[in-house]
Amino acid sequence: MIKKITTPLTDKVIKTLKVGDRILINGTIYTARDAAHKRLVLDIKKPPLNFKDQIIYYCGPTPPMPGRTVGSAGPTTSHRMDIFTAPLLKSGIKGMIGKGPRSKEVRELIKKHKAVYFVATGGAGALLARHIKSSKVVAYPDLGPEAIHEFMVVNFPVIVANDAKGRDIFEEGIRKYRKKG
Amino acid sequence: MRDIEAKKITETVKDLCIQANYELSDDVLYLLNEALKKERSANAREIIRELISNADIAKKVRYPICQDTGLALVFIELGQDVRITGGDPLRREASLTEAINEGVSRGYTEGYLRKSVVGDPFQRKNTNDNTPALIHTEIVPGDKIKITFMAKGGGCENVGAYKMFKPGVNKEEIEDFIVETVKAAGPNSCPPIIVGVGIGGNQEYSSLLAKRALIRQVRKLNSNKEMHKMEKDILGKINDLGIGPVGLGGTITALAVHIETAPCHIASLPVTVSIDCHAHRVKETVI
Repeated sequence: MIKKITTPLTDKVIKTLKVGDRILINGTIYTARDAAHKRLVLDIKKPPLNFKDQIIYYCGPTPPMPGRTVGSAGPTTSHRMDIFTAPLLKSGIKGMIGKGPRSKEVRELIKKHKAVYFVATGGAGALLARHIKSSKVVAYPDLGPEAIHEFMVVNFPVIVANDAKGRDIFEEGIRKYRKKG
Repeated sequence: MRDIEAKKITETVKDLCIQANYELSDDVLYLLNEALKKERSANAREIIRELISNADIAKKVRYPICQDTGLALVFIELGQDVRITGGDPLRREASLTEAINEGVSRGYTEGYLRKSVVGDPFQRKNTNDNTPALIHTEIVPGDKIKITFMAKGGGCENVGAYKMFKPGVNKEEIEDFIVETVKAAGPNSCPPIIVGVGIGGNQEYSSLLAKRALIRQVRKLNSNKEMHKMEKDILGKINDLGIGPVGLGGTITALAVHIETAPCHIASLPVTVSIDCHAHRVKETVI
């Protein structure tokens, strides 16, 4: 099933998202990966942006070619961000996009905060870039590719990996295809 | 003696960096198309279609295949009858190492590739041109230089493993270690993956062998029949894990397994597993 959603995320929309749903995101999303997360957590009392109900995309894009807004922009491995996720969810972030599974703790927090974790296709940075219509650095410019970028996205394709009910796409999917030796 | 100008090496490395990051090799695309036929999960087939389409966009519209344009690995086979000339010591081009790094710097800058290298593991300040490259040089007969470039992403690099076995173990124990490494890596290695295995040598040499296994052309069969069989057996076991493309479940977790072996000490049996993602970016040329 394919659903279109628009940011910022509301509780009403999050409630309708189920593991495995194909989602097309429209609106604004914010990039942050390892170095930006480390700083965001230090700045949590005075964050550089208002992240309430927003989506964080674990991504460090390539530099754009002249005349373009963004380069290749696929997801990075999410589990490195697990240690920073609790304070960010507490501060109001409702969605995360990355690749790969989350820790048990983060899955519990997603359920507790009624948030959602999406996966985008890892290694499909060229395809995903075509859905990003504008990009600008909005915080921590000294971090280069790790700076926080604001992306305006149109029909950005993701899949619900952890929903607010606590289900997990990786556990369910791999269990289905694993051959018992 | 044959003279090769340092700037020729720089130009060649620059071109390989760009070509590797924008054009997925035909042999990798072939394996993805084969995977599409074999994969049983409809969702996973959709992911593989995305990967094939991504490679097409990357090449035709000119976006890097993946935003992680990697750490630059450069394998050199330097003919012993080659003399490198014309380096300008003021412009970092005086030695083979400097000529390669200058090529990486220009390739990553002029090719709009991401600079993903920090100069110190603790201070973590970006070097801003993706240097230094990791360079492995071998002196070989002849008067040519073979340059193999690999853009190695961080996600898959982080999930490799090394283990020293006792020489008395049977092959199944080694196979289990390789399969367990892939299982532990799970979705984080960006499957469907290519698995490089180095068996023999010593601690550091087995790791280098695993990387040499990764740069073997993916459709080229292992000339060692016993190892060819072991590669096929391990590939089957890995695909039985059910991890599937990007880890959402499926029957294709790896596209290929490559094993390289080397002599080792009577007391040792070192094994290293190095994993590469489906964006397997390897290009080579001879000058």
